[in-house]
Amino acid sequence: MLTPLLEVLVGVMLVVGALFALVATIGILRLDDVYMRMHAASKAGTLGSGLALIAIALYSQELDIVTRAVAGVVFFLLTAPVSAHLLARAAYLAGYRPCAATVVDAMAAAEAAPAVPPAAPPPA
Amino acid sequence: MSAAAFLDAAVGLSLAILSVAFLLIIVRIVRGPTLPDRILALDTLVAVAIGFIAVIGVKTRYFLYVDIAIALGLVGFLSTVAFARFVLARGRRAAEEAGVPRVGGAGRER
Repeated sequence: MLTPLLEVLVGVMLVVGALFALVATIGILRLDDVYMRMHAASKAGTLGSGLALIAIALYSQELDIVTRAVAGVVFFLLTAPVSAHLLARAAYLAGYRPCAATVVDAMAAAEAAPAVPPAAPPPA
Repeated sequence: MSAAAFLDAAVGLSLAILSVAFLLIIVRIVRGPTLPDRILALDTLVAVAIGFIAVIGVKTRYFLYVDIAIALGLVGFLSTVAFARFVLARGRRAAEEAGVPRVGGAGRER
């Protein structure tokens, strides 16, 4: 049976997770370009959905549900950075520039100074 | 106020907050100036929907919703990856057609 303490804990985790999701959304709405929005969305959004999943795992108190919820949280924690990085890299390479407020553009510096110097032309 | 009543109130409050989050994300999808903005907003929409499904699972005590949430997360990840590849392909073609030099240089693949 659910103890009252556990019910209160589940309720608090649900509300905190929803607030994290709301913070991610506000970040998406207010920040300046796609890279900054990604910074808000991929971290706070993952934390929000992960907290909600952990809350339902605590609420069920069944081992199979807990296992699946933890597996889901781990899956989201693994895939959110991968998808955000893929999208950022695709957007940058497709030519979407960071906004003027960006301080450091490491990829522009990498493009300016290539790691491998061009090979010398073969002697004629 | 009993613990069960607190949980009911928390579920209602969470659903209200997540609904506001849905609406704000839709504002960004409609307004989003570029395609990556819209893709990112759709990705966040999936994350918020996962939270929403988990809250619904607590509300209805129907714990099979966890599986639905995991499946939705998988679909969201794959769709974001596919959209990223689409941005890459479309952006390169558009830049070439417009005659604008591409950021990555002509020899850089992917």
